[in-house]
Amino acid sequence: MADINKLAQMLKELDDQLVNCMRCGMCQAVCPLFKETGREFDVARGKLALLDGLASEMIKDPEGVNERLNRCLLCGTCAANCPSGVKVSDIFLKGRAIMTGYLGLSPVKKAIFKGMLANPKLFDTLLSFGSKFQGLFTKEADALLGSSCARFNAPVIGDRHFKGLAKKPFHKIIPEMDTQPRGDAPRVAIFTGCAIDKIFPSVGEAAVKALQHHGCGIFLPKGQACCGIPVISSGDRETFDKLVRTNLEVYKNAEFDYLLTSCATCTATIKELWSDMYGGYAGDKLDIERIAEKTMDISQFLVDVMGVEPSEVNGGDVTYHDPCHLRNSLKITAQPRTLLKASKGCSLKEMPEAASCCGCGGSFNLNHYELSQKIGNRKADNIQASGAKTVATSCPACMLQITDMLSQRQAGVGVKHVIELYADGLPR
Amino acid sequence: MTKEALTKEFEAIVGADNVLTSETDRHTYSYDAAVLDSVMPALVVRPTTSEQLGKVTALCNENGLPLTVRGAGTNLSGGTIPHPGGVVVLTNGMSNILEINEEDMYAVVEPGVVTSKFAAAVAAKGLFYPPDPGSQTVSTIGGNVAENAGGLRGLKYGVTKDYVMGVDFWDVNGELIKTGSRTVKCVTGYNLAGLMVASEGTLGVFDKIILKLVPPPQAAKSMMAIFPSMKAASETVAAIIANKIVPATLEMMDNFTIRTVDNFRKAGLPTDAAALLLIEVDGHPAQVEDEAAKVEDICKQNGCTEIKVANDAAERDAVWQARRDALPALANLKPTCVLEDATVPRSQIPNMIAALEDISNKYDLTIGTFGHAGDGNLHPTILTDKRNEKEWERVEEAIEAIFERALAMGGTLSGEHGIGMAKSKFMIDETSKGTLEYARRMKSVLDPKGILNPGKIIG
Repeated sequence: MADINKLAQMLKELDDQLVNCMRCGMCQAVCPLFKETGREFDVARGKLALLDGLASEMIKDPEGVNERLNRCLLCGTCAANCPSGVKVSDIFLKGRAIMTGYLGLSPVKKAIFKGMLANPKLFDTLLSFGSKFQGLFTKEADALLGSSCARFNAPVIGDRHFKGLAKKPFHKIIPEMDTQPRGDAPRVAIFTGCAIDKIFPSVGEAAVKALQHHGCGIFLPKGQACCGIPVISSGDRETFDKLVRTNLEVYKNAEFDYLLTSCATCTATIKELWSDMYGGYAGDKLDIERIAEKTMDISQFLVDVMGVEPSEVNGGDVTYHDPCHLRNSLKITAQPRTLLKASKGCSLKEMPEAASCCGCGGSFNLNHYELSQKIGNRKADNIQASGAKTVATSCPACMLQITDMLSQRQAGVGVKHVIELYADGLPR
Repeated sequence: MTKEALTKEFEAIVGADNVLTSETDRHTYSYDAAVLDSVMPALVVRPTTSEQLGKVTALCNENGLPLTVRGAGTNLSGGTIPHPGGVVVLTNGMSNILEINEEDMYAVVEPGVVTSKFAAAVAAKGLFYPPDPGSQTVSTIGGNVAENAGGLRGLKYGVTKDYVMGVDFWDVNGELIKTGSRTVKCVTGYNLAGLMVASEGTLGVFDKIILKLVPPPQAAKSMMAIFPSMKAASETVAAIIANKIVPATLEMMDNFTIRTVDNFRKAGLPTDAAALLLIEVDGHPAQVEDEAAKVEDICKQNGCTEIKVANDAAERDAVWQARRDALPALANLKPTCVLEDATVPRSQIPNMIAALEDISNKYDLTIGTFGHAGDGNLHPTILTDKRNEKEWERVEEAIEAIFERALAMGGTLSGEHGIGMAKSKFMIDETSKGTLEYARRMKSVLDPKGILNPGKIIG
């Protein structure tokens, strides 16, 4: 371990950003974690003060600060509402990278990130084994949701009602596509994303169906890697760079007008974090920016580019949950709602606090399940309060969390991706 | 007692989960929203019941531990920055609204209740709690009372002190002191509840607060008036009041603030206007119509070049969004933003505006001015970077100059942000040696060991 003086020097890199926090404390009003705990170190102001304290050597406990820093959903609600416009998530990610550089990555994360995630083929193979054997450890919990829970007291699974690995991942259902558009429709590239590929392949299929319906040409390449969010939020810059590089190789020479994802988190990562956090070959920057500019959420594309409009035919009530990475990072709130209103058989019924985080936060859920559950249960309460029998959203990570919460209480509410509902209403 | 033994004692009262001891956790309670240095507390304690709060207070006193109560930590004068080696007592574990009485129009709350949540709960019962400090979405009622917080509605509806009917508080010995009542009239004994207002945690630890509620206005009308000079705008303010009209809100923005706000939200504000007045009249619908028309006339008579009256909720919201954006927009320009609140009698607003211009030029500083023109409480906002030592020296001089000019006009050091640590050394300029000694003598009897938020107000 390097000496703490050196850590302070490294954190000085953040000084220009940290100084913008005027400590007004308004983030306390919106932070989902603070709502549960009421602790200052859980809210952005406290965490920024900790980074500042470490940088100025007022405090000398990097492990303690690191632990607090990692207790964050990275939902970005604070940044979206910050009076001084402090780029909180950006600072936290950079802070985590510096702290991880200093303290090192935990052995488990190291094994998963560097051994598995960085190597997409191996990752796919391992998970296809997992898909076959998961039934040994788990049993069905909620038929409507297709969720499972542990058959016996198993580590990691705990009390979770999780959505298991799909029998057949998306990349086995549709390995690749390279088609030309009908007429003057655009040609789009698809970035599938790990969660859709391995857990929710039906979302991927729905996206393809909808895009084909609108006459888009589709470029769906083989060899896609993870977008990098799990590794960069753990401060692993090295693996992040590797993943971005792999993806660049897959997309950079192809011709397409837009790059679409159905995962809010992947969209935000590609659009914002690839260029902000990439530390690899400087020559890649141009390619990254070009791709980021073309990247869109699927509903944003269908509404803003293809001009999908609400339909007159209404049906069962569907409520919508705003994924943080669409709402806070990309300010996308209207398009998914419009797409729902355009879906045959759906009427949009708003829930209270639709904009509040579901509590998943990626690895936050793994490390702080109890807190994650508390926040998730509030979301589940709000979903039930809407009276809708289906909750739709635009991010598979939110779908996982919401499925868990609703399954545990046997709420009788289905969880769908917006694009699934839209595609369901389209002719075959 | 050793620190370990003390920690155990506190844990025995509030539970181990509610005592924070690690350096990391304590650091997050070493500051508030004032531009002042952090001070590390020795312990942070979070009582969750009234009884625990009393015991914590007594234990601090027995051991001579400085005690600083903290709600949301949004104080702008350092009132919630702890004393070195002291204990921070959090109130957010006590955030229940105990009663909202519609018949007698009062409410009883614990100190940690968040202001806007309380106001919303009151509104849900068809009543109105008017004080609306800028930090209301996070600030607590305990902190509002301890600082006598104001807000946009001060002109017509008054400030927090006008709504405090009673305060139950713990003295340093852990005795519960009951003051005030649930009645409109009450002359039982000294007005100790009044003494608690603006006491900044130096005289007692609040346990419960009784607040007055009023019926909400039935109608309101908002407008935005554009002026070719700050002078014309400030003379309009004086003229409105002279015509016996008391708007619910009467806010002003200078050109620098207008341009910054417009750049912030692209709301289509008149960026070439020298000044804006944002006005809202409320009350009975007929009165609102009548007063709105009069205000419009007065504005025009005083050189207003254009007046926009909000016709619906969306337009009304747009008017107030511009005002709400003022501070964030200014804060975005520079790393450090010093928000002052020296206040003058409202007839002096034109003079104060001129003084601020002088000061901005003399010290070569960027000052955006906006604020509650109707009640004389302007918020000159100095934009700087505290890391720039040379400029920071000029900022400190400018602040002193603002105080000096405000006092010379018969004004006061602080309209609503409190004295805390930031302004305690200027107290003598506004009051007198005798006044400060009187206050110190009182404090020394009520708090002989000087544990209650030492260093605040009276130094």
